[in-house]
Amino acid sequence: MTNTNLAIEMKNIEKTYGTFHALKHVNLELEAGKKLVVCGPSGSGKSTLIRCINGLETFDAGEVMIWGEKLESKKLQKVRSEMGMVFQQFNLFPHLTVLENLTLAPIWVKKVPQAEAEKQAKEMLERVKMIDHAHKYPAQLSGGQQQRVAIARALCMNPKIMLFDEPTSALDPEMIKEVLDVMLELAVSGMTMICVTHEMGFARQAADRIIFMDAGEVIEEATPEEFFTKPKTERAQLFLSQILHQA
Amino acid sequence: MSVVNAKIGAKQSLLQKSINAVLLLILAGLLFPVFKWAIIDAQWAGTDRCTGDGACWVFIKLRLMTFMFGFYETEELWRPSLVLALWAIAIATLFRSTYSRGLKILPAVIVLLPLLSWGLLDGRWFGLPHVETTRWGGLLLSLMITLMGLSLAFPLGLLLALGRMSDLPLIKAGSVAFVELWRGVPLIAVLFMSSVMLPLVLPPGTELDKLIRVLVGVALFTSAYLAEVIRAGLRGVPSGQAEAAAALGLMGWQRLFLVVLPQALRSVIPSLVNSFISLFKDTSLVMIVGMFDLLGTVQQANTDPYWLGYSTEGYLFAGLVYWAMCFTLSRFSMKLEQAR
Repeated sequence: MTNTNLAIEMKNIEKTYGTFHALKHVNLELEAGKKLVVCGPSGSGKSTLIRCINGLETFDAGEVMIWGEKLESKKLQKVRSEMGMVFQQFNLFPHLTVLENLTLAPIWVKKVPQAEAEKQAKEMLERVKMIDHAHKYPAQLSGGQQQRVAIARALCMNPKIMLFDEPTSALDPEMIKEVLDVMLELAVSGMTMICVTHEMGFARQAADRIIFMDAGEVIEEATPEEFFTKPKTERAQLFLSQILHQA
Repeated sequence: MSVVNAKIGAKQSLLQKSINAVLLLILAGLLFPVFKWAIIDAQWAGTDRCTGDGACWVFIKLRLMTFMFGFYETEELWRPSLVLALWAIAIATLFRSTYSRGLKILPAVIVLLPLLSWGLLDGRWFGLPHVETTRWGGLLLSLMITLMGLSLAFPLGLLLALGRMSDLPLIKAGSVAFVELWRGVPLIAVLFMSSVMLPLVLPPGTELDKLIRVLVGVALFTSAYLAEVIRAGLRGVPSGQAEAAAALGLMGWQRLFLVVLPQALRSVIPSLVNSFISLFKDTSLVMIVGMFDLLGTVQQANTDPYWLGYSTEGYLFAGLVYWAMCFTLSRFSMKLEQAR
């Protein structure tokens, strides 16, 4: 019995790097249109988890299902082209202009004609308020601007799911909001999202659910309200007190 | 800042200035005889041996066509001129265009221009009078060996660099062995092998043009160096770039050619130009296997019994030409590094 409304399903995922157990028995379900925030201390396996979903990391055991279909290496390209990913370090292509960054994948992967790809790219730049910078190179932009372009680049493939891997962690504090605003707008528009983030304000506002990871395990899963007001585990309480103390 | 500098300057000035002045005088004293010989006392006009004490540039003037084109048929000189002009235009276009456009032109240049050059110079493909490769010479030959050699070496070097980074043990080992073998032998040995030894091992009856043999030798030799340069560039591209490309659904070869390689090559432009310059200068070694490149034609002119005694002028001329070409190239590469 498969629930076709499930966007992402992870079953008993195990992953080790040598003797280091990066993911232990991870199970996860996410329905279409829902937003999931993944948090936890550094080294807890958050990034590894999110990277397993689009095959940037392999796992040793378990299954990842995307829209009810098993993730296999031969389907990887197709799955990735329907799933956007935003990285901590932006990873814009420095040798291409902003516009070229946005049109590269549509032209080469989806075979969209250049004029059409550019038209759509400009719409996306409009959406992230970067249209005035279309012909600049990434190095000419601030971190916040680069990250907004990176989000627009992912959106140009018309993804049904967006993965965010600590999208604001490399940003100066004053630039975090402009990126979060774009992400919030995306959340409101109904996108299915998984965000690894420490931005608890964003989690409260946008997330349907929060999972808390520690040492490769999902040790708590709750609604934002529950998680912030009465975390069940001691580890989560400690983590929250550290995060909030920092803020 | 400038005030402080000025004060220090004032303190040092007397000693410093006098040392500078003395050094300048010594330098001028050393260089003046050269200047006097090369410019003031030099003889520029005429068609015969010179009489004065100065440099005899008449010798260079009369031989200029040989130094440029070797013994190429005089009536057909438009062909090598056209070839050199085409290369000059292609290289200028490459260096003047934006980086991403230059990258798109590059494959066409290194595939088409060597073939077109060969066709024009040799003549037979285009129904032109055949000019044998033994008659190609002078600067033309130096440049053809450099440019054609590089055009062959670049794709090969790229393959070797990728091979060396491959996960397949056999391909990796093969690439490493190839690179280390060719880096371990001197170019002069490669040239000897290609011109003397290769005909011995080829089946009897097969005749391979000596220039082609030399070109192949030069290309294999250079590809080993280019492979290492390109590999360094590839390793320097952050892994996040390939990941971002993968996350967008780009396939392996697209990730490589659209995202990773353009960045890798850009970062190694100075080293690539360095290889270009060093190969250009190394082509003077083909003289050893009896080909008349720029230096070869100068050397040969020096031994002309009627014009004995003007070898200084000849070598100076060859040196100046080499220097001018290499200097232009390194200037170009500086501009290219700054370009987008």
